Amino acid sequence: MLDVIWLVPALPLVGFLAILLFGRRLGEPGAGYVAAAAVLGAFVVTVGAFFDLLSLDEHHREHVSVLFSWVPVSSLQIDMALLADPLSITMALFVTGIGFLIHLFAIGYMHGDPKFSKFFLYLNLFVLSMLMLVLGENLLVTFLGWEGVGACSYFLISFWHTRESAATAGKKAFVTNRIGDWGVMLAMFLGFQAVGSVSYSALNGAAESGALASSTATGIALLLFVGAAGKSAQLPLYLWLPDAMEGPTPVSALIHAATMVTAGVFLMTRMNPVIAASADYAPQIIAWVGALTALFAATIAVAQHDIKKVLAYSTVSQLGYMFLAVGTGAYVAAVFHMVTHAFFKALMFLGSGSVIHGMHHEQDMRRMGALRTVMPITAGTFIIGWLAIAGVPPFAGFWSKDEILLFTLASSPVLYVIGLVTAVLTAFYMTRQVVMVFFGEARWESHADDHGAHGEFRPHESPPIMLFPLVVLAGLSVVGGAIQLPSFGIIPDSWRHRLEDWLHPVVEPGEAVIKGTAAYDAKSWLALLAIACAVLGIAAAIAVYAKGRAKPFEPELLARGWRYDETVSAFMGGPGRRAFDAVARFDSGVVDGAVTGTASGVRSVAERLRRGQTGFVRNYSAVVVAGVLGVLIWFVIIRGVL
Amino acid sequence: MHGAVDFPLLSMLVLVPAIGSLLVALSPRRRPEYAKLIATVTSVGVGAMSVWMLRAFDSHSGGFQFVSRHPWIESWGISWHLGVDGISLFLVVLTGVLFPLAIVGIDPHNDDPRRDKPYFAWLLLLEAGVMGSFVSLDLFLFFVCFEIVLVPMYFLIGGWGYEGRVGAATKFFLYTMLGSAFMLVSILATVFIASANGLGRITFDLVELAEGASFAASTGRWLFFGFAIAFAVKVPVFPLHTWLPDAHTQAPTAGSVVLAGVMLKLGTYGFLRFGLYLFPEAARWSRPLWLTLAVIGIIYGAIAATMQGDLKRLVAYSSVAHLGFIVLGTFAFTSQAITGSVMQMVNHGVSTGALFLMVGMIYERRHTRQIADLRGLQHVAPVFAAAFTVVMLSSIGVPGLNGFVGEYLILIGSFLTARWWVVVAATGVILAALYLLWAYQRVFHGEPDEENRSFPELRWKEGLVLLPFIGIIVFTGIYPKPMLERIEPAVHDLIEHVSDRTGYVEPQPAAISIDDEHGEGE
Repeated sequence: MLDVIWLVPALPLVGFLAILLFGRRLGEPGAGYVAAAAVLGAFVVTVGAFFDLLSLDEHHREHVSVLFSWVPVSSLQIDMALLADPLSITMALFVTGIGFLIHLFAIGYMHGDPKFSKFFLYLNLFVLSMLMLVLGENLLVTFLGWEGVGACSYFLISFWHTRESAATAGKKAFVTNRIGDWGVMLAMFLGFQAVGSVSYSALNGAAESGALASSTATGIALLLFVGAAGKSAQLPLYLWLPDAMEGPTPVSALIHAATMVTAGVFLMTRMNPVIAASADYAPQIIAWVGALTALFAATIAVAQHDIKKVLAYSTVSQLGYMFLAVGTGAYVAAVFHMVTHAFFKALMFLGSGSVIHGMHHEQDMRRMGALRTVMPITAGTFIIGWLAIAGVPPFAGFWSKDEILLFTLASSPVLYVIGLVTAVLTAFYMTRQVVMVFFGEARWESHADDHGAHGEFRPHESPPIMLFPLVVLAGLSVVGGAIQLPSFGIIPDSWRHRLEDWLHPVVEPGEAVIKGTAAYDAKSWLALLAIACAVLGIAAAIAVYAKGRAKPFEPELLARGWRYDETVSAFMGGPGRRAFDAVARFDSGVVDGAVTGTASGVRSVAERLRRGQTGFVRNYSAVVVAGVLGVLIWFVIIRGVL
Repeated sequence: MHGAVDFPLLSMLVLVPAIGSLLVALSPRRRPEYAKLIATVTSVGVGAMSVWMLRAFDSHSGGFQFVSRHPWIESWGISWHLGVDGISLFLVVLTGVLFPLAIVGIDPHNDDPRRDKPYFAWLLLLEAGVMGSFVSLDLFLFFVCFEIVLVPMYFLIGGWGYEGRVGAATKFFLYTMLGSAFMLVSILATVFIASANGLGRITFDLVELAEGASFAASTGRWLFFGFAIAFAVKVPVFPLHTWLPDAHTQAPTAGSVVLAGVMLKLGTYGFLRFGLYLFPEAARWSRPLWLTLAVIGIIYGAIAATMQGDLKRLVAYSSVAHLGFIVLGTFAFTSQAITGSVMQMVNHGVSTGALFLMVGMIYERRHTRQIADLRGLQHVAPVFAAAFTVVMLSSIGVPGLNGFVGEYLILIGSFLTARWWVVVAATGVILAALYLLWAYQRVFHGEPDEENRSFPELRWKEGLVLLPFIGIIVFTGIYPKPMLERIEPAVHDLIEHVSDRTGYVEPQPAAISIDDEHGEGE
């Protein structure tokens, strides 16, 4: 299937065009099925490509297919080309796989929405863009997808655009991402100047052969990281992601948890030889930004009441882990965590969507509780997701997080402590959420009067088309860790490091990097420590929220996200806006004023000169006489002619 | 050269609209429908000829094609010398395509149908002038066409514009006339100085002057600045831009579309054809000035656009920013940047033309251009909103649409010679998203209020007018190669010309050869 790899993006394109042309006729649920089928088809082709690659020798697991020459001008030759290699196929597998499940879920979730077919139009366009992003053979094709997913994210966040908050959130996401895109563009320019190409093979090849100067590599790496920080919601650009929850929940699951937001991590992994060739401080900056974001967002998640906001901040935090991994050279762990996170976070977002659906669009967790009794499947699958993210073995999240922490300790103890504290907080806030939503007393009954007008209010379980994706994702969240098991005593050799072996042609550094460090030798103890942290977080949250042993610690400052967003908004709306206004006033006052001033100056001078043109001979002769006298005086007195 | 040379295609492109204009003017007063008919037939015919020329154009040649040369005023060395190359080709086609769309697609809304006659006559004369400017290879002929353009535009703004039209038209006319005065002096001086230095005879022929004459550095700079002032006003380059928002806001829709679509390009085109080509040394020497003004224009235009309350003014200021990119690319002196600039001239014409068209449609429906008066239009007119979105994304420069390719080429090419200017200029990409999306949110998002609830959806006829725009936007975004490969040879020749004259060497990116991935060796 490698030679028809173009089918992978082409199928969602066909789906998009079909819905564009016949969307209204397809209607509900036809448009949804068309869209889902297109993504399923792409998934099948990707699976075929995966087995094709697998059958090849490790060094030949790379297939480039050039579709056409895209931007050819003189020394700049950029092709519209796709690259199928272990990394891109891994990405494409979970993009199409999880994408398909989310499409199914959305058919149920968007039921009855007047813009049903338009939703799937955007969703297919998104999948198309995301696939171009991951399958791109060069930075520009990736950038096409990169901006494409940004545009789709904008459409989908502001999908319910009559709501002012949704419209604002969409715009905010786009503009913030553009700040990152500025970095990606400059990185491309720098790369082109240095190696005459923006293709991954040329850039990475130059980095590996040492032909790329360290300063240039540093520049490219850090500029790309600016883009990654925008797309993957890292400090200081993360603030669009919590707002992005204004979009329909399947969008949050697909775009703002599983796929698009991991694009930054993907890009850094793709360019790992360039990062390796850059100055030491470049990966350190990446690691620190990741670690601080992980901790920062986790503290905010502790105090959120909106069910989706908790998950949003949690996503920011988990993405921080991935960048921590990238910065410490644990690329495999980054991809591993990206995959497991896609499983359990998509699961929990869809679960929250199921809850919101069943609660008639209620998102405040303080009005939930005891939902496990009415929504058993949603609750059961959500609990699996919770155990996975909290880091309880043998669920998927444990393995990937453990590997990141191992690499982190080998690189810096301080970062390791930050990572551990974040792990405790993660277990804590997720437990808090599970308890508030699914356990305890049913607080929705007391609010039933609000809904009284609409008849009896009772949360209900979601239809099968929504539950099926939950069950599949729950299964993956249980066994997902198997793709990259560590080298522990009881695990058979053939089961260890499968992802690392698979990614090896793309990602050179593997476990070898940390072999021989104290951290590596103590890895079994570290795993136990990580488990202890998870248990600590879970126990603390149960004590507070289930047993009521202590008052909840939810300070205003954390609930408002350390006031970071407000400060930025206040700045933009205050001094920022005034500065922009001043420029506009400067333009009409000074720049244009100079022009009209000149014009009216000319006019008034002319006006005065005109007054001299009286038409009376006596006036003219007087002027002539005065002139003659003046000339005479000048010659006689001043020049002394006589 | 070319097989079709015996058919005077370029002369026809200039003369047919001029004759059409005359016919409209002579058409019977009592039958105003003739005016529109003649205008339609003429402009569609010219459009068809320009598209035919695109097909017949030899994409491998950088030189002038379809050349037509006849002596005109022989004693002064003035000739009717026309030609088209990769730099002017798409501007000619854009002119040819834009005019019929403006003539057929935009209703001038004359209360008195007899006013149709002068309206169409002026539009056709405008087309003749613009065409002439793009294909002239004679300084005198160019100057005549460049000036002719002002007259119909003055009357279109003054006669069919909005509330402040008279002031705006006067400002437009005087401002651009003032610039042209400098150019006229420069043209005459160039011709006489050239005849005294090397050429030995008086000629207004562009190619002869550029290839044969040589100027002392200081003389060349003075002459260049005479031209440059005229072009800088036309582009417009900061700080000479303030006529533009007024003219755009007050002009009738067709006027705005043509103004943004092709007329501003007379300036950027002039810089390439008469600035860089005639005075390479002076253009190289003054490079930092233009790069700086271009970058200021990009940022400043975008910031000013953000704060406009009037949609048309917003689009006008966005033009200042977009044209800044084109000037940046022009003075970067690399193949990518200049090719990008030429492409962006066309892209800007298409996307800004379409934006003005749609703002005109909004005005027609709601009789306001104020953003504050509009709300929630996407809810009531989703197809209209979708069309607007595509055009807007093209203007923002989203990859996959035409605006991106030009902007990207300009920036990546300029990075090789003007790195720090590009670092600043690229932030314009962020600002473009800000001002357009914010305006879009206020106009199209939200719950429509009473006045906007009955906003009519896109009509069939309007959709048919917009379709070519959207088609070009998508096609050139995904497959720009046919366009690029026709522009590039001419740009290559131009840069070579500059190199010959100034010793400038176009920097090439370091091409690092990558060893075979299994290459051991070394």
